[in-house]
Amino acid sequence: MQAEMSDVIRWSRRREGVLPPPRAGEGWGEGISSTKTPQEARTLSRIASCDAIRPPPQAGEVRTARGQMFRMLMATVLVALAFATPAHAFVAYVSNEKSNTVSVIDTDSWTVTKTIKVGQRPRGIEFTRDGKFVMVAVGDDDTIQVIDAKTPGVVDTLPSGPDPELFTQDAAGKTLYVANENDNTVTVIDLEKRARLGDIQVGVEPEGMTISPDGKTLINTSETTNMAHFIDTSSRQIVANVLVDARPRFAEFKHDASELWVSSEIGGTVSIVDPQKHEVIGKVNFEIPGLRKEAIQPVGIGMTKDDKTAFVALGPANRVAVVDATTRKVTKYLLVGQRVWHMAFTPDEKYLLTTNGVSNDVSVIDVAAQKVIKTIQVGELPWGITIAP
Amino acid sequence: MIRWLLGSIGLCLAAMQVLAADPITIGVGYLGIAGTRSTLSLVEQPAANDGVAGAKLAIEDNNTTGKFLNQRFALEERRIKEGEDVVQAATDLAARNGFVITDLPADALLKVADALRDRATLLFNAGAIDERLREADCRANVIHTAPTRSMLADALGQYLVWKRWPRWLLVVGSHDEDKLYADALRRAATRFGAKIVQERTFEDTGGARRTDSGVTLIQRQMPVFTQQAPAYDVLVAADESEVFAAYLPYRTWDPRPVAGSAGLVPRSWDAAQDQWGATQMQNRFMKLNSRRMTALDMQAWTAVRMIGEATSRTNSGDVRKVTEFIKGPDFSVAAFKGTKLTLRDWNLQLRQPILLVDGRMVVSVSPQEGFLHQVSELDTLGYDRPESKCKLK
Repeated sequence: MQAEMSDVIRWSRRREGVLPPPRAGEGWGEGISSTKTPQEARTLSRIASCDAIRPPPQAGEVRTARGQMFRMLMATVLVALAFATPAHAFVAYVSNEKSNTVSVIDTDSWTVTKTIKVGQRPRGIEFTRDGKFVMVAVGDDDTIQVIDAKTPGVVDTLPSGPDPELFTQDAAGKTLYVANENDNTVTVIDLEKRARLGDIQVGVEPEGMTISPDGKTLINTSETTNMAHFIDTSSRQIVANVLVDARPRFAEFKHDASELWVSSEIGGTVSIVDPQKHEVIGKVNFEIPGLRKEAIQPVGIGMTKDDKTAFVALGPANRVAVVDATTRKVTKYLLVGQRVWHMAFTPDEKYLLTTNGVSNDVSVIDVAAQKVIKTIQVGELPWGITIAP
Repeated sequence: MIRWLLGSIGLCLAAMQVLAADPITIGVGYLGIAGTRSTLSLVEQPAANDGVAGAKLAIEDNNTTGKFLNQRFALEERRIKEGEDVVQAATDLAARNGFVITDLPADALLKVADALRDRATLLFNAGAIDERLREADCRANVIHTAPTRSMLADALGQYLVWKRWPRWLLVVGSHDEDKLYADALRRAATRFGAKIVQERTFEDTGGARRTDSGVTLIQRQMPVFTQQAPAYDVLVAADESEVFAAYLPYRTWDPRPVAGSAGLVPRSWDAAQDQWGATQMQNRFMKLNSRRMTALDMQAWTAVRMIGEATSRTNSGDVRKVTEFIKGPDFSVAAFKGTKLTLRDWNLQLRQPILLVDGRMVVSVSPQEGFLHQVSELDTLGYDRPESKCKLK
């Protein structure tokens, strides 16, 4: 029975197109057990959505038995879904890098309510401060598209530079700063006029973008230069450069502005920078038993409002690390989907949603319980996520 | 240690902003052979600037970073013509450049390495894939960014075994380097449980690679050459000399895929590689050089980036200091291959994933899943520490 189930899962994952056979210590199949674990719910919902695209039987495979299996599993899924307790309803927007779409998720029903067609290679995605629009960087179209959250559909574009990836906006929601991977610049855009105000030269392959809580300092990380650039937002000049570990991809301030956290995908660490002294004052290291170190590639970071807990997406390690933001030690690893990229909290901070690139789904983490409670199938290669304020 | 280093870098940065001193200049030499070799496929004919074009891009990348650190990188290229003394050219380059990237045959590289042994110059072998440069003939002043034959063969072998094509028909060219590649392929078959069902030799009888009569004759020859083979899954060709391998796909007597020197080829890099953020680099390369990026370009790029990485981490242009850091345990470099690349400390070979490409697409990347290693899965490719004959001097 167990072997049968994991076989089915392997198939459904293989259908998604990316996976070779499983390996020791690498997540999938781990969720299968006779008791109901969050992982099981995750895997089951995956199977349900894959039913339609199930592959034809292989030689030696008995189709009818599998069909029965699937029906049984479907039933289990439906029961599991029926028992899900709804919270306050929020709306999450997920960019699907490969499908060129944005999935809209209702956090009440935890379902995709709409899929919006956007430009090519959507990645960075963020709500405007007023919650009326969603901006999504479509890198291969060299622009940022604006989605009206009411309709919802693409209504406008913003004049970014070539290959925009991530961006950030000031507290007032008036100025947008965009990292353009292809030409080593950060573009400054006036959001009201939707006009380009200028460019700032930074390091090679700018990526991570964030702004200090007081709005005075813009942070950009450059992936090949391996620095966090501190940019004065009024003069638009670089005031400091801090070397971090290889391929810095994402930066996040503590809400009290005391620390800047920068994830290094290839370095495998998160550097903690003193924003006043412009120095690395600590590092978060990750170690997962049974998993090779190279698979641990920190990307997205989420910091709780009380600055006590940080969540770090570990890419192909298929886990989100829960980090005590004071001691800078990992307290727990949560198994999510494959190649976890970015994350967003619901405004009440009850849930944290992560995008899982390779498994094409979004994991829902119960923040207080520090548990994965649900998985939602979205488009192909989900990348960025934003939740309505 | 790192923390201390970073701290001091931070302090230095702050200090520099006040002082705005003259930038430190870091000279990088590039030493290669003039002229290019002839390939069977016209589209694979290397450009005159094959290799150095990658070094140029890395110099630009380093300079973008360098402007924040007050470091400036300069490239000096030197091509040896037939009959010129390689040692003299190298010594001359080393007089002005602390680091020299080489694309030289093994013997020439060894001469250069020994001639520069008493200087601080650090050499980067970007071109030669010979095993012996990392084994019996390894040198303490040569870092290898080029993969070895065994790394390439193992990368291919792992995939063929994963694909369950364990029966190989091995066709070997008649030149020395073809035989060396065949040795590596035989070793890979043994290591990963494949079986070479038969070996055939393709004699190089001379002749032009391009003729007006074109494919007519080849179309008759290749099926005949490959007929009456024992049952096999894949034809593996060892033809570094570009004599026959590219003629094999679609022409084998039995309908079988071809791999090795044609068909599915293991390479350190390919113009089609677009994973792990590589698109940005491919675009930068295209913009700078008006052509696509080859494996040799990548091997040179990686060498120059290693220098840049070490100079920024040490905040120094001092060759000894930089060399020490590169050889040290904290060194790694990112090169768009999904994992950090580090040096094998026993022979100074750069660990790296190997792409398997078909000329249009990246088919797979080795090491394949499931090939495990106690230190780094990248060490499932090529000779591992316990097998090594290298004694660094």
